[in-house]
Amino acid sequence: MVEYRIHQHPVLPVPARDAVEFFWNGNPCTGLAGETIASALFANGVRVFGHHHKDGAAQGIFCANGQCAQCSVVADGLAVKSCMVPVRPGMRVAPLEGKPALPDVQGAGDLRDIPTVDCECLIIGGGPAGLTAAIELGRAGVRTLVVDDKHRLGGKLVLQTHKFFGSIDACYAGTRGIDIATRLERDVHLFENVRVWLNSTALAVFSDRRVGILRDGRYYIVRPEMLLVAAGAREKSLVFKGNTLPGVYGAGAFQTLVNRDLVRPTSRLFIIGGGNVGLIAGYHALQAGIQVVGLCEALPECGGYKVHRDKLARMGVPIYTSHTVLSANGTEEVSSVTIAKIDKAWKPVRGTEQTFQCDTVLVAVGLDPVDEFVAKAREFGLPVVAAGDSEEIAEASAAMFTGRIRGLEMARALGRDVGEVPPEWHRTAEVLKSRPGATIAEDLPPVTSGAIPLFHCSQEIPCNPCTSVCPHQAIRIEDGDIMGLPEFIGDQCDACEKCVAICPGLAVTLVDFRKDAEYPTVTVPHEFTAQSIKAGDIVTVLDTEGAMLGNVEVTRVREAKANDRCLMVKVRAPREIASRIAGIRVQEPWVTEPSELLVPHLDDEMIVCRCERVTAGEIRGLIRAGVRDLNELKAITRAGMGACGGKTCPSLIRRLFREEGVPDSQIIDFTRRPVFMEVPLGAFAGVSADGAPPEDAPVRHATGAHEGGL
Amino acid sequence: MSTDTFDVVIVGAGSVGLPTALFLAEQGITPLVIDQFASAGQGSNKAAIGGIRATHSSPAKIHLCLESLRIFSSWQQTYGDEIEWAQGGYTFVAYREKEERALKDLLKVQQRAGLNISWLERDEMRALVPALSTEGLRGGTYSPEDGSASPMMTAHAFYRRAVEKGAQFRFQERVTGLMRRRGMVVGVRTDKGGYATETVINAGGPWAKAVANMAGLDAPVVPDSHEAGITEPVAPFMTPMVVDIRPAEGSTNYYFYQHKPGGVVFCITPDPPIVGTDRRETSTYLPMIARRMVGLMPKLANIKVRRTWRGLYPMTPDGSPIIGRARELEGYIHAVGMCGQGYMLGPGVGRLLTRMLTDQETDADAITLKELSPYRAFAGAEALK
Repeated sequence: MVEYRIHQHPVLPVPARDAVEFFWNGNPCTGLAGETIASALFANGVRVFGHHHKDGAAQGIFCANGQCAQCSVVADGLAVKSCMVPVRPGMRVAPLEGKPALPDVQGAGDLRDIPTVDCECLIIGGGPAGLTAAIELGRAGVRTLVVDDKHRLGGKLVLQTHKFFGSIDACYAGTRGIDIATRLERDVHLFENVRVWLNSTALAVFSDRRVGILRDGRYYIVRPEMLLVAAGAREKSLVFKGNTLPGVYGAGAFQTLVNRDLVRPTSRLFIIGGGNVGLIAGYHALQAGIQVVGLCEALPECGGYKVHRDKLARMGVPIYTSHTVLSANGTEEVSSVTIAKIDKAWKPVRGTEQTFQCDTVLVAVGLDPVDEFVAKAREFGLPVVAAGDSEEIAEASAAMFTGRIRGLEMARALGRDVGEVPPEWHRTAEVLKSRPGATIAEDLPPVTSGAIPLFHCSQEIPCNPCTSVCPHQAIRIEDGDIMGLPEFIGDQCDACEKCVAICPGLAVTLVDFRKDAEYPTVTVPHEFTAQSIKAGDIVTVLDTEGAMLGNVEVTRVREAKANDRCLMVKVRAPREIASRIAGIRVQEPWVTEPSELLVPHLDDEMIVCRCERVTAGEIRGLIRAGVRDLNELKAITRAGMGACGGKTCPSLIRRLFREEGVPDSQIIDFTRRPVFMEVPLGAFAGVSADGAPPEDAPVRHATGAHEGGL
Repeated sequence: MSTDTFDVVIVGAGSVGLPTALFLAEQGITPLVIDQFASAGQGSNKAAIGGIRATHSSPAKIHLCLESLRIFSSWQQTYGDEIEWAQGGYTFVAYREKEERALKDLLKVQQRAGLNISWLERDEMRALVPALSTEGLRGGTYSPEDGSASPMMTAHAFYRRAVEKGAQFRFQERVTGLMRRRGMVVGVRTDKGGYATETVINAGGPWAKAVANMAGLDAPVVPDSHEAGITEPVAPFMTPMVVDIRPAEGSTNYYFYQHKPGGVVFCITPDPPIVGTDRRETSTYLPMIARRMVGLMPKLANIKVRRTWRGLYPMTPDGSPIIGRARELEGYIHAVGMCGQGYMLGPGVGRLLTRMLTDQETDADAITLKELSPYRAFAGAEALK
């Protein structure tokens, strides 16, 4: 029997939770208390959640973030987004087949007034940028309200089990994202003037400069003096055949299922996109015991950090650069994926198609800022700033730092005496936002005696934790430039392994010739469970790029609390290969072999608007007929008018225009409309939300006198 | 400067301009349609919620909308385009004696005008719209021949068919002036050129007054804005458009229906009116209409709102359109002031204008044109605007 839950994880604790019995299609199933219906269904091996009302296409999870409606199911008679609603004991869950029936209800009940809440600064998004801004605003005494649509603070940090890059001083480099989230969350709660609303989604910024917030199913109007949008990013989508099949979804959805809900949604995974998001998702998959069949990237090199790429390659994941996905294959759900090499004009090269069996295809082809609230606030004259990915797509380390800067700037703008933002902060922010720099050929020193740390780190990225942990201060980066590459400059090394343990890229090894010059001991960092590897095992070791070096024996596995869930695996290796060893393969080669099946490439059938099932062919036809106004395209096809609120297809439609040779300058953009996310009408009417207490935290009513806000 | 010549220039490719262009082109008259937006129906047409009824109180509007209904209901058969026409009817519900009396008084006028409309008692109303709250329900009027269609799909269908028949369109172009000579229209100037013509139709919707002023004329049209919204599609659960004319704080009436694809489309009439062309969303709208809708139909609490928008109602002093030739300027025709009903009036107006320009006016048209004359007294008010 396939195990759909993660019971052991090298990084994440697996808490004991109560079982919840519920029904799927009348059959008894077991979920866990507090988890969403979607996760409970995945844990029971269900991933087709219904069929689309237009063409009967199978539907499943897509955003896992409440933004689209593809995961909708019928729970106790009511159509709900399964990724947002917790499973409850006895709940009768059924697939949503076509349009849902609106259930009858007994009267409207009491309708409460919609409360209005004042604050000086409203922060949309309690992720890395929002939280660091909130801390600065908290320190400055600004009455701040942070709203976040999740059940805990931290944003995507809470899904990041890996250690962060950057510098220790500026942004907690070397610490895992999940632990940074906990620290920031704790710090935010130190300030009484900072209030936090969880499970709270911003729905619209209105022309009267008020912001509509849905909090635990109840609607509030917030009246801020300033707005900080730190709502992060949304994943770009991609058009290919089968791109809406259950089993095709974004890396963010995957990380939510795996790292938040400890569900194993797939047993064989293929990843599209070699940016950091895709590379990290692959690594997280391996840690969760999921086979990663491969990763393809259209560019000749992965766009993500080389250390992330190398880490994945060393685990035994093939990386197909200059390749694109042709199709996800299957009728009800994904059963395989077909990729092909592309030429310089980005066209697939006939004869290079390969098909891999897999049940899931992750789309990780980049991020777009969630910036619609910024645009609306600017239009309506509400003072607004953006931070983090809402401002500019970059790493979370950069988001944390720009959040601090924006927080301080807002405190100043609100009249607090906080002084100028130190000029070096701006410099640091820019450095943290840097794209990876030059890749330098690996140059390992020809050492054959003593002990020495080796850096399998050959690409300039903003990262320096290794330089700050050496007890002899013997690791440095030239000129103190955080973008530079580290080197060992000491004359001795105690083999303390601190640099091995802290490196977020797992790119430092330690070679010790002291006991045996012919068969030195190599310490390799390994972020898998202690149960998965032990002394005496024969393992395959790989070089930095993932090339196989040979099989060696594990002599010791050291697990230390100080090393923060990173095992120190010592292997005994021949002198000739010892320095080049950079990792231990965790995945057998057969896992990643292609299968014979070939699937043809069919352009015009591909779905561009997944909510309204509009194909590339329909849109292409209209472009060729002369349509240039996206509003007209929308009027004719309904593309962009579906449940996701036009968040997914506009960039795909623009791509089709480009393919047809229409420059961006000729295209008239969509008109953006509220609301940000579909919300039951009852929330706006003031219907008491299901399960919520009749009155909660003190709020000021629209009709009552304001007491100056929070 | 371009010197192209057209039989007719229509200002505005919206609810009125589009059908007029098609029907003229079908008669062999080549119109040029000029619109400031980037494509057909992007002004107020796309903000319409799609209701189409002949059940008005003014004979002229009844006459025009009956013709519109015939065009909408036969569109797919005639032209082959799906416009999501559905003959769901309209019902005006009564929960108080006051509304019951007002509706029943009006019923007599409407029945006299030959409309298929009748009074439903409480139980009949419950059978017709089972989701209605029964608390205090007294009954209401029901006109089964009214219906709805998609404004956006209709606009595109009119546009496409008009182009096929030879109509020409200039988008993202603004009319900047009318050329006149000896009391006659001779052409139109725009920000991109000029066109020679002896006939100009002002179908400028909320911007009609500015267009009239360019001709040295006036059109007493002042826009105000209404806010509308749409929900997710759900399985069919209600057939007619439901109109609740009870005034409440902030609004005079509101109405909603389930359109053919399954979404509930809703709109409210603000009180006092929000005069002007501001179409930006406000925070007060959703709570106001949600409260009223959920109170009237409790099961709507669970339907998810997808999108909201605001549209402009080009209002006239008496709530009726202004249609007719200008006495002061030969060749200039007013087709303005649709008071938020341009979508349902448009095809009927288009046919009327076509008959006017081809000397095919009927006696009934003469009565309609008299009632909608630009030179009427503008006294009184439409009972169901």
